[in-house]
Amino acid sequence: MTASLIALCLLQAIFPPSTRAGNGETTPLRVGSKKFTESVVLGEIAAGLLRTEGLEVVHQRELGGTRVLFNALLRGDLDAYPDYTGTLRLEVLKEQHLDSDSALAAALAGLGIRMTPPLGFNNTYAIGMRPEVADSLGIRRISDLRDHPELRFGLTNEFLDRGDGWPSLRRTYRLPQSDVRGLDHDLAYRALAAGRIDLMDLYSTDAEIAYYGLRVLEDDLRHFSRYDAVLLYRGGLEQSAPKAVQALRSLSGKIDETTIRRLNARVKLEREPENAVASSYLEAAFGLHPETREETLAARLWRRTLEHLFLVVTALTAGILVAIPLGVLAFKRPATAPVILGFTGILQTIPSLALLVFMIPLLGIAAPPAIAALFLYSLLPMVRNTHAGLSSIPPELEESAEALGLSPAGRLLRVELPLASRSILAGIKTSAVITVGFATLGALIGAGGYGQPILTGIRLDNYALILEGAIPAALLALTVQGLFDLVERWIVPRGLRLKPGGGR
Amino acid sequence: MLALEAVEKSFAGIPVLRRLTLTLARGETAILIGPSGCGKSTVLRLLLGLLRPDGGRVLFDGEPLRADSLRKIRHRCGYVIQEGGLFPHLTARENITLPIHRLGWDPSRIAARIGELIALTRFPGDGLDRYPVELSGGQRQRVALMRALAVDPDVLLLDEPLGALDPMVRYELQGDLRRIFETLGKTTLLVTHDLAEAAWFGRRIILMREGRIVQQGSLRDLHDHPVDPFVTQFLRAQRAGEASGETGR
Repeated sequence: MTASLIALCLLQAIFPPSTRAGNGETTPLRVGSKKFTESVVLGEIAAGLLRTEGLEVVHQRELGGTRVLFNALLRGDLDAYPDYTGTLRLEVLKEQHLDSDSALAAALAGLGIRMTPPLGFNNTYAIGMRPEVADSLGIRRISDLRDHPELRFGLTNEFLDRGDGWPSLRRTYRLPQSDVRGLDHDLAYRALAAGRIDLMDLYSTDAEIAYYGLRVLEDDLRHFSRYDAVLLYRGGLEQSAPKAVQALRSLSGKIDETTIRRLNARVKLEREPENAVASSYLEAAFGLHPETREETLAARLWRRTLEHLFLVVTALTAGILVAIPLGVLAFKRPATAPVILGFTGILQTIPSLALLVFMIPLLGIAAPPAIAALFLYSLLPMVRNTHAGLSSIPPELEESAEALGLSPAGRLLRVELPLASRSILAGIKTSAVITVGFATLGALIGAGGYGQPILTGIRLDNYALILEGAIPAALLALTVQGLFDLVERWIVPRGLRLKPGGGR
Repeated sequence: MLALEAVEKSFAGIPVLRRLTLTLARGETAILIGPSGCGKSTVLRLLLGLLRPDGGRVLFDGEPLRADSLRKIRHRCGYVIQEGGLFPHLTARENITLPIHRLGWDPSRIAARIGELIALTRFPGDGLDRYPVELSGGQRQRVALMRALAVDPDVLLLDEPLGALDPMVRYELQGDLRRIFETLGKTTLLVTHDLAEAAWFGRRIILMREGRIVQQGSLRDLHDHPVDPFVTQFLRAQRAGEASGETGR
């Protein structure tokens, strides 16, 4: 436990929480977006606008979930991101029971966050079905669902738990359905079209509604509020980057529903990249020409490889430096073994996504929390294998080493660790391969790497993109394994790799 | 030089040594013999401090063993066990020089010492860079012996060093060992279960049974003046037969 805390403190020192208040000019501005297409498009538009003001901008796209973004904004890890009034009133700040946009603005200001006036469209929730099913069952309104408890809901995971989501919808309409599961939003559309689910939560400006010809059920009890799109930004920007604030606010009232639907459709259905769609919008609406950086596949792969390697190498190195001494300690002081092995074991049972998110309040978003989570996950195989390797040294060898009068350090370095080296290396190899795979999840919190194209590919139903992440990840795992096979040949003493039967 | 005074030792409630008293003078060679389980190996381990007695005292050069003196004492002892205890990840040479590292000798002195040792133990020089798994059983025991002798200890403790070897190799090594004991004149305690071997190595045979010393003396003493029928039984069981064990070969 202490070792992990020390490692976390080290990480905090290397990656200090943002101290960007009053320092906005020198570090790039960070715009975030949520894990769905419209948000990414708005993020690209905002980033493009800021760039035309000559500001340097980084777009942390597709971060997982509203909470991640909001908290990142509070901490200063993000400078701006698009959100919706309904979400802010009914979910993020729901304890404050804000019933108007002005109350909302005041509450946000109290937290140091500002809200632009609405961008011009309402992207509310709706419940959708396939039209032929709706017709055959005579369902036109959400209230009609009360008579059909057998229908299957496939709701976005976030919607499933939000204050303004499923729990309150079910209460308002007294809905009887029990087959309710959480799905990724983009996957839910495909599941609905394939007939695997009957009902899903739609975002009213999604391109898929028109594409699939979905029937939008009437919200007859007016459960869903207005979700006007706005841009949130850090209050500190007003001092440190007033041009940025001006640029962001200039977007208010500029995007209506038709426009955003068209932009969404171009990305999802016509498969244009988000930054190209954003650029053409800015050109059409503002007459601006932000520089678009087009990256070649090779450049993309190289960048992501570096990002991924950074995560893996940092986490694994820290892991090795902590895990091996812990394994040695568990061996030398058997009383500590259950605690050490038990604790590292428990770490592994924490679901990887949860572990990632736990790290965010401590370390922000992007690489640091991902590295911390990867580090903790990498410990168990190495600790266990170190301990097992040392424990399996035959007792007569331990006795001989002791009888030679070697110091405890001498015994460890000259006898015990070399004899256990094979087992220790096997543990490191296992951890390395696990870490390469797990690091793909880092994309959910903005850490980049091979996970980024996988997430985007899921969102855009683009298998090529998914493979752009999955194949390099698999290749990297194989390479790492091969690398450690070589290392084994170098580190494990030759004497331990020989077969008996020589020299008579 | 070495002494156990009224030492008691139990393992998991079962007594292995019962108020055992044993002394060995400097430069003396004695052989510890007895049926399996009588506590012979335990005696050696107690002398090295690998085990602590439940009662009584263990003395090295007149001083009782203490936790902080153990390392120094072990530097003055050489310990050879039946399986050799050679470290498989080190070559023969590296095994031998392992206890020398802390002395900070320069390479020429180390090489000279190794030269002396391989001459003493009649070990083929080209085997030095082999790993234990590549050596024969007899060669391994020679290496174990060299490692034990590397820093020129005052005391040699050997726990059935030839027990795992086939008879012809054992014969050869018995000759070498006796020559080494006589040449070096160290305080030596050797454990064996083979009476003929015991008689070959030393005048003083210590016969143990169930944690106690039954009788000590030369083979002739044990044969002619047994203090207990067990002594006669033990001798007979070895088919030592004729009392000429001392001249042996």
